[in-house]
Amino acid sequence: MIELALAVGQTQTPEAVMFWILAPLTVAAAFGMLLVKKAVHSAILMASVMINLAIFYIAQDALFLGIVQIVVYTGAVMMLFLFILMLVGVDSSDSLTETITGLRPIAITAAVGFGGLMVSLLSRATLGRSAVGLQVANENGNVKGIAQLLFSTYVWPFEVVSALLITAALGAMVLAHHQRLQTRPTQRELSTERFRGISLANAAGLPAPGVFARHNAVDVPALLPDGSPAANSVNATLEARGDMLNSGAFELGKIDTSAGEEK
Amino acid sequence: MDAANYLYLSVLLFTIGAVGVVVRRNAIVVFMCIELMLNAANLAFVTFSRINGDLNGQVVAFFTMVVAACEVVVGLAIIVTIYRSRRSASVDDASLLKR
Repeated sequence: MIELALAVGQTQTPEAVMFWILAPLTVAAAFGMLLVKKAVHSAILMASVMINLAIFYIAQDALFLGIVQIVVYTGAVMMLFLFILMLVGVDSSDSLTETITGLRPIAITAAVGFGGLMVSLLSRATLGRSAVGLQVANENGNVKGIAQLLFSTYVWPFEVVSALLITAALGAMVLAHHQRLQTRPTQRELSTERFRGISLANAAGLPAPGVFARHNAVDVPALLPDGSPAANSVNATLEARGDMLNSGAFELGKIDTSAGEEK
Repeated sequence: MDAANYLYLSVLLFTIGAVGVVVRRNAIVVFMCIELMLNAANLAFVTFSRINGDLNGQVVAFFTMVVAACEVVVGLAIIVTIYRSRRSASVDDASLLKR
């Protein structure tokens, strides 16, 4: 696979074919990132952009960077993004109405201006120059070449970057840490609370959900002896989400108890 | 194929990322757009490295990746902290300094 990608990178026409297939896909995915409403869809499109970029790196004789791009970006960074999305709420979609009036036209005009300027600049600057290529620099292999630079010319930045990584990890830990305002109640305290509380009704624990012998599920409140549903038998989270079934349908008097005759 | 095509692609991706940072309001999407801009710059570095036949550009792109990873870690921690106190990941809601 890698040999194939390298071969594609070093010949002329296959690289052009790859570029003209993947570049529009990359740009379309990047545009989609802007336009889609849900953050999760944005993350998926971003991951596809990053994989395409990795292919571009490998095609341009940057084998090490291509692999690092897949491992670090599509592997670690995008998973971190998805993880935070799960934490913050997958359903939190952006409303696409603009709050600052005229922001969008200004942004698009500025972007077109910037893009046009850069493209015209590039077309003038690179006119009549062809790429040298990395065949000479990659003689001993791309990884060796990068390692030689990294541990000779760039050894000081390399050390600084390691300090930066440790600082970032510590910073994230400090930011994510939060102190309990009161101590967690112990089991003993909870038990005392149950028996010394206002009523003894729940001293033996809350009633379990489900309706005996007819329907047994956590989303159906238990039936009390008088036939009314016991609301506190269902988890509060299920109740808040609206996932609680009405147990009235399973009440003894209302069920069709006539057994069909089997032949 | 002219290697400059990669530079045009890089400019395009950078511009799209810049628009995203300004237009979108979900903090996580804004963050992803910043990542897109960093990646576009990386593509330019790799292309220049190929044009000049010199591996220095690739080493710089490598450092950019490391710094971007640090930035993601700290930035997402900030987003989670803000979300915990304000129950919102929209960049418009975090305007305490304004009032």
